[in-house]
Amino acid sequence: MNTVSTIEIAGLHKSFGRLEVLRGIDLSVDPGEVVCVIGPSGSGKSTLLRCVNLLEEPSAGTIRVAGVEVTDPDCDIDAVRRGIGMVFQQFNLFGHLTVRENVTIAQRRVLKRSRAEAGRIATVNLDRVGLADKADAYPAQLSGGQQQRVAIARALAMDPQLMLFDEPTSALDPELVGEVLAVMRGLAAEGMTMLVVTHEMAFAREVAARVVFMDDGVIVEQGPPATVFGSPREGRTREFLHRVLEPTRVSETEIGAHLTE
Amino acid sequence: MVMSRRRRQRIVRVAGYVVFALVIVAAVSAADWGRLSEAFFRLDVAGSMFPQAITVALRNTIAYTLLAFVFGLTVGLVLALMRLSSILPYRWLATAYIELFRGLPALLVLFMVGYGVPLAFPDREIPGGVYGSVTVGLGLTAAAYMAETIRAGIQAVPKGQLEAARTLGMSHTRAMISIVLPQAFRIVIPPLTNEIILLTKDTSLVYVLGVTSTTIELTKFAGDALNTRVNPTPLVVAGLLYLVITLPLSQLVRGLERRARRER
Repeated sequence: MNTVSTIEIAGLHKSFGRLEVLRGIDLSVDPGEVVCVIGPSGSGKSTLLRCVNLLEEPSAGTIRVAGVEVTDPDCDIDAVRRGIGMVFQQFNLFGHLTVRENVTIAQRRVLKRSRAEAGRIATVNLDRVGLADKADAYPAQLSGGQQQRVAIARALAMDPQLMLFDEPTSALDPELVGEVLAVMRGLAAEGMTMLVVTHEMAFAREVAARVVFMDDGVIVEQGPPATVFGSPREGRTREFLHRVLEPTRVSETEIGAHLTE
Repeated sequence: MVMSRRRRQRIVRVAGYVVFALVIVAAVSAADWGRLSEAFFRLDVAGSMFPQAITVALRNTIAYTLLAFVFGLTVGLVLALMRLSSILPYRWLATAYIELFRGLPALLVLFMVGYGVPLAFPDREIPGGVYGSVTVGLGLTAAAYMAETIRAGIQAVPKGQLEAARTLGMSHTRAMISIVLPQAFRIVIPPLTNEIILLTKDTSLVYVLGVTSTTIELTKFAGDALNTRVNPTPLVVAGLLYLVITLPLSQLVRGLERRARRER
């Protein structure tokens, strides 16, 4: 049994100029665990995720991925990133390439797989997200939900040991959210280690092993979804969940409005 | 009676056409067509220019244009990447180059390359003779303009494209080559084609290098014919031959821009 945590974050700080976005984060994710990060906009969730594969350079602290310290200046970050799949809010499919080429290009150029091998793996992964018939289409010809599923297939084709999801359904039309969540649920069931920043509370409640609530650059509380959603300890968590889960019940006095005399 | 808006617009437009037509008619009827055609449209003079006008002059104009364009594109790409580099001296160097060569007349640069380089390096010469000198002389200036165009193209590719490529384990260089540059070039093809049109006309400056009967280009060719025949008809012929190159290119740009708009 592998006892090394897949992600181990200690004392992570990140500032953009004077703005301190992360103010001391400690978090670990075990192999096969699905962790959902929730919290208000600007709380630092996405920045935290982007620090894990060094899309953002941490200001202080250490991050280990599968035992490798990525914050070490001598770390071969390209090699570490190969093992970390990432899915973006805006999909970021390569617009000049077909769906198949999107899924094969990194396999060919980075992993040096043969054309046939890369093509075979692409087909397997496109099939897995239900889009094998779209292999020759260009991203612009697909719906948002289809594009995001291709993006997931593209990441999976690299055989990652960890998947990062950065608000994967936030840019989607409401009726397309379900198809992406279904793919993610399938991945979780297969035992993929996942760190998911999301606004989909129902998904977090159902799929996550652990929910992390962030606000203002710190982890306010974390625990099993039943605890965090059912009986949150912190006031800030309660207020956030109230506003997100019951938006029609937010009263005027709560937001300081004086619409009625 | 109050005029409707549409009626008033129609009257204004018709009045505009009438004035325009009157001006044209006045100019055409006032001009001395006999002397004009005697000066600019002498068929015997025009006929005597062929086939050299095409087999030598037009051919060289196209060759100079293409050579300078390829050189300019290569140097321009390097400059664009330096401009966007995270290394300060690269950025500084590229900016200085671009500002310098955009600010100097192309004629001056061509002259400096043609006469300055042989003075500086007496034992060597730019390979290719006049062709080499033109390639460098016009290419250096073109590179400055193209660098800015290419830089804008690279910056127009969303940042997420590079991030996604890096996330898949590609190095920065690999991501630029496989992902960013192909999309950037698609964006800058119309403005780069405009650059070819400008270059085509700039080849008329090549005469300062002293061309021979085999390296002559359109403008110098027409100028020589003007002197021997004592008649400016050759200038009209040269103008038409420039249009043979530039009009299809403009048409191409328009087509490419239309296609790009559709794809958005």
